[in-house]
Amino acid sequence: MSSATLDRPQPQAAPDAAPPMVELRGVSRRFEKKLDFAGKLARRLGAPVREEVVHAVDGVDLAIRRGEVVGLVGESGCGKSTLGRMVAGILPPTAGTILRDGRDVATLPPAEAREIKLRTQMIFQDPYASLNPRMRVADIVGEAPLVHGIVARSEFDAYVDEQLRRAGLDPAFKRRYPHQFSGGQRQRIGIARALAVKPDFLVCDEAVAALDVSIQAQILNLFMALRRELDLTYLFISHDLGVVEHLSDRVVIMYLGRVLEEAPAEEVFRRPNHPYTQSLLASVPRIEARKRAFSVVQGEIPSPLNPPSGCHFHPRCPHAMERCKAERPRLREIAPGHRSACHLNDAAAGTA
Amino acid sequence: MNGTAPPTLEVRNLRTHFFTRAGVVKAVDDVSFSVPRGKVLGLVGESGSGKSVTGFSVMGLVDPPGRVVSGEILFQGRDLTKLSEEEMRDLRGNRIAMIFQDPMMTLNPVLRIDTQMIETVLAHARVSREEARQRARDALGMVGIPSPEERLQSYPHQFSGGMRQRVAIAIALLHRPELIIADEPTTALDVTIQGQILAEVQKLSATTGTALIWITHDLSVVAGLADEIAVMYAGRIVEHGTVAEVLDRPLHPYTVGLIGSVPSRNRRGEPLRQIPGMTPSLLNLPPGCPFRARCPRAAEDCREEPPMREVVPGRDVRCFRPHLEAAEEATA
Ligand SMILES: Nc1ncnc2c1ncn2[C@@H]1O[C@H](COP(=O)(O)OP(=O)(O)OP(=O)(O)O)[C@@H](O)[C@H]1O
Ligand SMILES: Nc1ncnc2c1ncn2[C@@H]1O[C@H](COP(=O)(O)OP(=O)(O)O)[C@@H](O)[C@H]1O
Ligand code: SF4
Ligand code: SF4
Ligand SMILES: [Mg+2]
Ligand SMILES: [Mg+2]
Repeated sequence: MSSATLDRPQPQAAPDAAPPMVELRGVSRRFEKKLDFAGKLARRLGAPVREEVVHAVDGVDLAIRRGEVVGLVGESGCGKSTLGRMVAGILPPTAGTILRDGRDVATLPPAEAREIKLRTQMIFQDPYASLNPRMRVADIVGEAPLVHGIVARSEFDAYVDEQLRRAGLDPAFKRRYPHQFSGGQRQRIGIARALAVKPDFLVCDEAVAALDVSIQAQILNLFMALRRELDLTYLFISHDLGVVEHLSDRVVIMYLGRVLEEAPAEEVFRRPNHPYTQSLLASVPRIEARKRAFSVVQGEIPSPLNPPSGCHFHPRCPHAMERCKAERPRLREIAPGHRSACHLNDAAAGTA
Repeated sequence: MNGTAPPTLEVRNLRTHFFTRAGVVKAVDDVSFSVPRGKVLGLVGESGSGKSVTGFSVMGLVDPPGRVVSGEILFQGRDLTKLSEEEMRDLRGNRIAMIFQDPMMTLNPVLRIDTQMIETVLAHARVSREEARQRARDALGMVGIPSPEERLQSYPHQFSGGMRQRVAIAIALLHRPELIIADEPTTALDVTIQGQILAEVQKLSATTGTALIWITHDLSVVAGLADEIAVMYAGRIVEHGTVAEVLDRPLHPYTVGLIGSVPSRNRRGEPLRQIPGMTPSLLNLPPGCPFRARCPRAAEDCREEPPMREVVPGRDVRCFRPHLEAAEEATA
């Protein structure tokens, strides 16, 4: 492969391989924060008050290949969940294109759009909030497959049992309600429900964040076993770098709505390129550490309502230069499969 | 040993139980530990293991239906369980302070930061308002809040979560307490912000001699912060030692399992070593070792409750069959 700079994420496989399972091209999502009453009044009286706009996701290019586990990392409010919901098809982008198996999902005929939506399932942090408290486990897991004709009424019971068993739950519990389970078991119910409609792609949004360490390990092992068994593809969103490192083939780092770095997992953890990724990794507490000075990234996470100009990271970056305040660095390939958005890479290559 | 001075805090055989309608919850059941001046004890365990109730017991903040049933809580040699509510109130926020996971447990949302901090100073110290304000400003500076003078005039909602937690820590520091109990104060924060707070706290305990109990479910946090670690399970401390001892040569099967399930302790992509099952309910816990349903080493005698005992010099473990092989290997 030539080392020419690629502006679009190209699948790293042979050029004639199948299109990525999911591809994002220049995808953005803006939210308008409507004025409250006081704001509206102030504006009517002539004050220069504008409705605030959050660029939750700002021009993201990303390709996820079939069978891959892509880890999406970033600090609170950087747009991970918003990106995940767009990828899962439950939130439309305000700009850009999302392709599923090479086809623009916005222009699919309704029947196909429905099918694609079913094949993409989302698993959330708080399984309790996403499970209907008045439904029995059997119905929580079996309802969608029944409605969508994946299973016949006569096979319902056997089908539900199989789903529960696969998620590590005793089918004997299927008459129970969600509140009768522990946090880890509820997450298993969420997983059983998602898998019951035979998806090929799972978007997991902080799916183990609320669990105790020992239970977290059980659920992570389940995710990995299911991946092999069912040939699943994952977008795994987490703020926990240890979890992401363990699970992912490729890692994407976000900051204030933008992707700053993307590379194979080992590469990101061994040779982080972006100054933000480097500081993030240095901040992670490590169990191997002993009584040591914690390394510190300066400053707070800026408000997404009013992000810094140029490179969003410049107010906290130890290497910031004049240019960083003015010019947004492009995400570009710095090594095969490794992309980073930092002006330092131009200086290093002597092409500034 | 550290001479003749008593440790800042010594807890002996503490039991705190909740007498609920469904039965007795033995949230803290025979817990003993001590923290010397200027040292950091990491109190580690999964949710429901009794960490917070231990902290609340020391602070005298356990409300009915809960109460300290037995044991001693010696603060600089004085037994806190024998003090009146008024005497306790005098110590709290003054010589003993607590930092909570949610900073809004400390902060009043409708008061400006300066008002809250000045009032806290004046509650325990006879100084002028101006002097109190100066102390507040210094405390904010100490926890790394830029332009403290401006910040003093803000309300809590004008701060980010990380800043709010710093203000709560600054309030805890106002009277230079001899003991701080921090209950998962960085769990809800981003890692870069957590790193900043850990760095400040570490500096503080080293420079002021404050004894610190850092409660967390995250072994990695205390690995770099603490001097000693006490691991809690089902209301008991099951293992206690220096950070290096506990993390490099864990003796209790639960500690071994807990460390094993941390992703970075496993090979990338391979199944994590997991502990089967889940934590037992503390309501009407059956007798015997509470870990036995999940323990790979459990045997017939584990139906009896294992006592805390020194299985290797200086290593207290609550288990009949500790991982002594590991300890022997390390000393061999
Ligand atoms: N429905 C909405 N209306 C307005 N703003 C929103 C909405 N959803 C998200 N945002 C804003 O978009 C930004 C990104 O939010 P998002 O939930 O995607 O972050 P995140 O990375 O998932 O954070 P966390 O780690 O805290 O879950 C935030 O500033 C958030 O406040
Ligand atoms: N007010 C209360 N009433 C009854 N049980 C309680 C109360 N507070 C705590 N507990 C119980 O005490 C045990 C320990 O709780 P806690 O100390 O909060 O755990 P941790 O902080 O380790 O997560 C749990 O079983 C919990 O349910
Ligand atoms: S572009 Fe500039 S400010 Fe941004 S990360 Fe690179 S050096 Fe730092
Ligand atoms: S006492 Fe028995 S059951 Fe309990 S931890 Fe030790 S070996 Fe396991
Ligand atoms: Mg989120
Ligand atoms: Mg707690």
